[in-house]
Amino acid sequence: MKRVYVNEDRCLGCHLCEYYCAFANSGESDMAKTFKLDKNPVPRITVEELDGVSFAVQCRQCTAHPCVKGCITGALSFDDGIIRIDDSRCVGCYTCVLSCPYGCIVIDEKNGGKTITKCELCTRNAAGEPACVSGCINGAIVFEERGED
Amino acid sequence: MKYVIIGNSAAAIGTIQGIRLVDKEGQIVVISDENYHTYSRPLISYWLKGAVTEENMRYRDEDFYEKNDVDTLFGTRVTKINPAAKTVTIENGNEISYDKLMIAAGSKPFIPPMEGLDKVAKKFTFMTFDSAKAVKEAVTEGAKVLIVGAGLIGLKAAEALEHYGADMTVIDLADRILPSILDEDASAIMQKHIESKGVKFILGTSVKEFSENSALLNNGETVEFDMVILAVGVRPNTELAAEAGGTVNRGIVTDQKQAVNGLKDVYAAGDCTESLDITTGQQKILALLPNAFMQGEVAGQNMAGKETYYLNAIPMNAIGFFGLHIITAGSYDGEAFTETDGVKNYKKLVTKDNELKGFILMGDVKRAGIYTSLIKHHISIDECDFELLKEKPQMIAFSRGYRNEKLAGGYGNVD
Repeated sequence: MKRVYVNEDRCLGCHLCEYYCAFANSGESDMAKTFKLDKNPVPRITVEELDGVSFAVQCRQCTAHPCVKGCITGALSFDDGIIRIDDSRCVGCYTCVLSCPYGCIVIDEKNGGKTITKCELCTRNAAGEPACVSGCINGAIVFEERGED
Repeated sequence: MKYVIIGNSAAAIGTIQGIRLVDKEGQIVVISDENYHTYSRPLISYWLKGAVTEENMRYRDEDFYEKNDVDTLFGTRVTKINPAAKTVTIENGNEISYDKLMIAAGSKPFIPPMEGLDKVAKKFTFMTFDSAKAVKEAVTEGAKVLIVGAGLIGLKAAEALEHYGADMTVIDLADRILPSILDEDASAIMQKHIESKGVKFILGTSVKEFSENSALLNNGETVEFDMVILAVGVRPNTELAAEAGGTVNRGIVTDQKQAVNGLKDVYAAGDCTESLDITTGQQKILALLPNAFMQGEVAGQNMAGKETYYLNAIPMNAIGFFGLHIITAGSYDGEAFTETDGVKNYKKLVTKDNELKGFILMGDVKRAGIYTSLIKHHISIDECDFELLKEKPQMIAFSRGYRNEKLAGGYGNVD
């Protein structure tokens, strides 16, 4: 299973991955317009940084997936190694936010927090492959097979 | 192998999924007194306020039972467990045999004896889909509603009934709302928030006597109503297990494989059981949907022969009222760090023995699971930058080694 891995040593904290993520998942076709028109697309990846250390975090698609197990509606599921959200069934209770040890369930501010959103490895948008990876100018985020499962 | 499951909510579904992780062949029979496809109980308030359709009440897809090869017996009550014969008796007197039995019987509303309650025509509990349907049937635009109980169930009912323009009064014997999950300061903030939506609270008192359309309270006040919601508390359904010889304290007592103490080949999970709260070391009922599912999943695997343990249970809640969100976990006995704007946002982190034992987040609840994971995995606060964690939940507060393990390779079975 190919997964997204981060490399702290190569991350410059430029936040481009957040932009590419938000854009890829916005359904818009022009990146500049997407952000300029203040549609406030929500990234599903977060860059943390402090005192010269920086790295990006997004859903680890972990095999434990406590978010899926705890979901009160059945909106979250785990299939083919990807944790997916069916937002038509999400009521925004945030039990998954409570459960995720990585802090990677994102409250969808675009709809006022009525649902959550999360990384699905760009499998359901036009990018096809993780946009954070292709958009990272420094190879700090990679999408590769490491034979862990 | 034949598995019989009593109940059809989160713990039962977890059991089915757990069994099927290990055993794709064995026969599974689910028996439930409710005549529904598995549905999410916490969604009844969302359904009542019109935020969720009946179709979306389903906790699993339409074809869940078919896909998992499960036989269902809905609208049927189990009246007895016969452990010697390894059968259960259902209400028509028939017996159904089992090799492994799961008791996922849930809980029921607790209604304390109250003078004159029998005179009230429109009174409802609020726990099942049927009870929510009865409330919907009865409520009229602008109805005066008395809610007895300022806990999770009562206040979720209030939130839903606001959509009917109901004129609501909530009373509780406790002197503050949501005492099971909030501390005093957080209770006060939430109370003010709910009051701002037009709900009245009368706290620290109880009903002395009901008349047909009014309640005389012990503090001397009288509250008029068109209907009453009874949300005082819940009690676990332990009778079947107790009569069969299983150990029952407040809830059914199991080991960490979810096997019922005192019985062979009988397991239990969910709101009818007790769990070991690792933040206090006490056995208690953790009537929470995630807990129920995970207990069930562990039980199911054990029933099918794969040794698995349910560890790291803690109280935890994610819930919102009238748009204000709360995430809480653990216990609050220890040294507290608090921060609040007094209006909407509240944060409390409680440490003891160098570990985070509990937290309350209200308003801004982003990334709360990082705190939850600190509690569950007994991570020493010396191993992280606790000052950064006070600021907000963030992975950068952990040592590089821990972070790398978690993020660079952390796809393992870590929750």
